[in-house]
Amino acid sequence: MTQAATSPRFKENARAALADGELQKSLKILETNFIGRRKQVADKLPEFDALRDAARDIKNHTLAHLDLYLEEYERRVTAQGGHVHYAVTAADARSIILDICRAAEAKLVTKGKSMIAEEVGLDDFLAVHSITPVETDLGEYIIQIRHEMPSHIIAPALHLSKAQVAADFRRVHKELPPNRNLEEPETLLAEARAVLREKFLAADVGITGANFLVAETGSSIIVTNEGNGDLTQTLPKVHIVLTSIEKLVPTLEDVAEFLRVLARSATGQEMSVYTTLSTGPQRPRDPDGPREYHVVLLDNGRSAMLGGQFRDMLRCIRCGACMNHCPVYQAIGGHAYGWVYPGPMGAVLTPSLIGIDKAGNLPNASTFCGRCEEVCPVRIPLPKLMRFWREREFERHLSPATVRAGLSFWAFFARRPWLYGFATDLAARVLALMSGARGRFRWLPLARGWTDRRDFPAPQGATFQAQWRRRH
Amino acid sequence: MSARDLVFASIRSSLGVDGHEAPRRKEVTDRLRDHPTGVVPARGHLAPDGRVALFADMVTAAAGSVTRVNAAADVPKAIAEFLRRHNLPPTVRRGEDARLAALPWEHEKTLEVTLGPSDGHQLASVSHAFGAVAETGTLVLTSGADNPTTLNFLPDNHIVLVDAKDIAADFESVFARLRARYGERQLPRVVNMITGPSRSADIEQTLILGAHGPRRLHIIICD
Repeated sequence: MTQAATSPRFKENARAALADGELQKSLKILETNFIGRRKQVADKLPEFDALRDAARDIKNHTLAHLDLYLEEYERRVTAQGGHVHYAVTAADARSIILDICRAAEAKLVTKGKSMIAEEVGLDDFLAVHSITPVETDLGEYIIQIRHEMPSHIIAPALHLSKAQVAADFRRVHKELPPNRNLEEPETLLAEARAVLREKFLAADVGITGANFLVAETGSSIIVTNEGNGDLTQTLPKVHIVLTSIEKLVPTLEDVAEFLRVLARSATGQEMSVYTTLSTGPQRPRDPDGPREYHVVLLDNGRSAMLGGQFRDMLRCIRCGACMNHCPVYQAIGGHAYGWVYPGPMGAVLTPSLIGIDKAGNLPNASTFCGRCEEVCPVRIPLPKLMRFWREREFERHLSPATVRAGLSFWAFFARRPWLYGFATDLAARVLALMSGARGRFRWLPLARGWTDRRDFPAPQGATFQAQWRRRH
Repeated sequence: MSARDLVFASIRSSLGVDGHEAPRRKEVTDRLRDHPTGVVPARGHLAPDGRVALFADMVTAAAGSVTRVNAAADVPKAIAEFLRRHNLPPTVRRGEDARLAALPWEHEKTLEVTLGPSDGHQLASVSHAFGAVAETGTLVLTSGADNPTTLNFLPDNHIVLVDAKDIAADFESVFARLRARYGERQLPRVVNMITGPSRSADIEQTLILGAHGPRRLHIIICD
């Protein structure tokens, strides 16, 4: 079992999100901060699109040789005195980590940002076993004290206002004066920095994720802006890297290509502040660094994805550009998707990881506008993959009876082009007549889902096909 | 079957391979040996002076500060000036790096220099970078007793000395130097690539410097 999902209640979640004023205010930030900045830095680099092609090709090559690159990677980690652990399921990953923590007699564990840790539900599991996990990425720390899932894969607390964060800090940091000023993000950050600095220095084990694993050198790479991942992995005596098998890339030259597209696609930076390559534990003359270095490699269904229609999804480097640019994500935010990975990448990945029976709503929550694919740094055909899920959902009779009936009705006409042309032409004329001078409908039978919230525009005379025929 | 065997079996069954195919193995061995260069942006490919200027511009854009000195002998003075400018006590911590050890620290009478890693109690540290990348304004630092990793993250002010000749056009050039220094398929325990001071935008996407790492990153380029 991984993190519990509310994805089956997607429609209720979405409705609540649309009515949530605070959330709607927070989501406005996507347009200015993420979309605008990405475009700015992408436009400044003439090679950007060629780099995206290169990144796609490197991942395709690596995935096609994944078994061999894994062997090479493992050999290099071991040669440097590190340990590689394989986890078939989320439960395996949790128990491997618990064993390492227990062997280190750990009571306090600091954590860098890791989506895999969210995927396997690590924090709750450690807490149940009397080990205190402390998230150190500011956004992750905020959602940890609120007991929430991230609402965005790179900006986990995107859905919150500074007033909400201030209220949480007052609730949790009880040892500080209750009347202190927490009005501005600066004071909030300063408080979190001071609180977490103590944790960094006291932790027994540090757990980070990895953005990339390098087969050439046996290195794990983290990319951060805060420096929390580095303090997490440098100060405790044990460093655990919790990551998954598709993070592998062959060489350092390949890493360079990914670094050039990752930060630009994610935050619109030329480069994130800290890119750290870690290779094994402390060396003989090192005055600092962990004495043990463990890598936990999670599969959790990914090796099976290699063989099917969803292999392209394994190229994903978790930049978040697809959700930033998605009109559905922009409207409802991340929590509505009901699991760890939101937005278009989540709509494809979540059904693979928790099942289409639970996550069937997600690939349907798309207008297929294609912006996600347009901005993806590794060119994942996200709309096509969502369509594959819709087909599977239909084949497995998971879609509601009304949808199936509607589709059969449409298919009957679509298979008979002359009838389709005749019927749509007739419908267009009738609707145009009925709408009268207003040119719109406030209400239409069977279309309440649309007309409850906005008018339905009436056809302007002839169908598209009829107009096309006339012109050509 | 062990978890490892299960994962490998599943990957191979999905790929329709058994892992013994000679052409597949050769492709992987060749790539790891040759590490072919991919698409490299033209941006950093300038004459040495232009490269240093681009590096300084990119650092400044990433909220770091830069000074250029003509000789190593001027470095202690530049450090003291930086500390004075920000009203910091005249104390820095450094590692055993021979280039740092050889600086004429005695020229700055009031500057106190301590040796070793950081335990979180130092306000300022000095490191010597292995190299730098003009393309993005990125410093490359390597771990070890010479330049302990904790000095890069715990003190509020990180001062980094980089030789102008070590500022490369692109990442690939620095990787080539790392291989020459540490050996093929080898790296020091940590390679830190640092672009500007620590920051976070996690609260309402307001960018604030000094999240968990240094609030200031000051780079001294030495000709």
